Amino acid sequence: MSETKYTKDHEWVRLDAGVATVGITDHAQNALGDVVFVDLPEVGRVVVANEPIAVVESVKAASDVYAPIAGKIVEVNAALADNPGTINSAPTTDGWFFKIETSDPGALDGLMDEATYAAYVDDLA
Amino acid sequence: MAESSESLLETPLASLHRELGGRMVPFAGYNMPVQYPAGILTEHLHTRAAAALFDVSHMGQAELVGEGAAAALERVTPADVQVLKSGRQKYGLLTTAEGGILDDFMVANLGDRLFLVVNASRKQVDLPYIEAALPAGVTLKPLPDRALIALQGPQAVAAIATLAPGIAELGFMGVGAFTIAGVPALVSRSGYTGEDGVEVSVPAEQAEAFARALLALPGVQPAGLGARDSLRLEAGLCLYGNDIDETTSPVEAALTWTIGKRRRMEWNFPGAERVRDELANGTKRLRVGIKPEGRQPARGHTPIHAPGGDVIGEVTSGGFGPSLNGPMAMGYVAREHAADGTALDLMVRGKAIPARVAPTPFVPHRYVR
Repeated sequence: MSETKYTKDHEWVRLDAGVATVGITDHAQNALGDVVFVDLPEVGRVVVANEPIAVVESVKAASDVYAPIAGKIVEVNAALADNPGTINSAPTTDGWFFKIETSDPGALDGLMDEATYAAYVDDLA
Repeated sequence: MAESSESLLETPLASLHRELGGRMVPFAGYNMPVQYPAGILTEHLHTRAAAALFDVSHMGQAELVGEGAAAALERVTPADVQVLKSGRQKYGLLTTAEGGILDDFMVANLGDRLFLVVNASRKQVDLPYIEAALPAGVTLKPLPDRALIALQGPQAVAAIATLAPGIAELGFMGVGAFTIAGVPALVSRSGYTGEDGVEVSVPAEQAEAFARALLALPGVQPAGLGARDSLRLEAGLCLYGNDIDETTSPVEAALTWTIGKRRRMEWNFPGAERVRDELANGTKRLRVGIKPEGRQPARGHTPIHAPGGDVIGEVTSGGFGPSLNGPMAMGYVAREHAADGTALDLMVRGKAIPARVAPTPFVPHRYVR
């Protein structure tokens, strides 16, 4: 498994064999509160980096989820439709949102590593 | 809202909220707990299952004193205040000369005076408005040194009655003075959740000790503004600034029931001309409950269309109901689309969510009979 990278929008990204798996961080799920609905992109959609492509709804508000990198959506986590609470209970594993196929092996180069993201979150507090 | 944290007011329970791990957010000029570590969903469900403590000290409290106080208050509301018996409370609207809603409020008859509770966001508007209407001999006394604490849920009254047994004898909208855990308290059997419970006015300097005494009772957990909002929406209750404001009339807001029968013969309240015309001829729009299909919530300001057609209204409050286990909303629609069961499209991020006009409350009220 490759290194997990992070965005300023509190998404995590893992790149394996040209496919990036994307979810939201524990910090993000905690800030959102109990997730009750998630609106995922269509499989096959071509997305650009930083484009809002999913929406996560908690009891209190709706928040956008952005494409951390450019590419094509090749899979979405259909299990979230029935169990959106997985985003709270397992944000970095079973609570993943979507997978983006990219031909750029350096697609994640501009994103933060774990230590940098942890420092970024600390600075927000 | 770009309110800087330095300018925010705090309630007497601010340090208790922090100790309990409350997540503080700006609301109506106050720094208030939106939730505690349990989270909105858990706090909501706990309120419906047991009892939850809410700090609502940001709300405005005041007394109206003097001969003819009830008649004086009727100069700014279509509610029948004079019919209110001692020891009873009622819900009413302050109306503008144009027939809009200046605020909604609670008024209790304490025998020698009236006790008022108004919205935090409106108290600076309401109190001068009431004061300006008063005749000589009737005085409005703001009570900024009092806290207001709500205990809500099916176990709320049994819990607080262990400290003051007489509270269990109050009927719905009954009011009385009690000493609770050594604190002089004005208790009304009412609330904003659809559940049985009480709202208690206590001196600010004793509010924290009082709240701690309630939190020590079996089954009582703290709940924040997030749960308060989802509870009130399930109960079909309006939030001032979202569902009602100076542009909406009591008739449009489906709050005609707050207008006293006698007042509908006298027509001597602010905005009576508009209300009278709307009662006779109907309104162009009406506030309705809305049940979206599926699980996706439609939030405030979501445009409402006729199915596949034109815009016919707007959502004013919308979210996910934890007890309903589904999305719910309220909003205004053109009158011809206001009947229960009428199909609607809610346009959320460019996609139509099918919905229907639905009766409220979404979750049945469980007030004491």
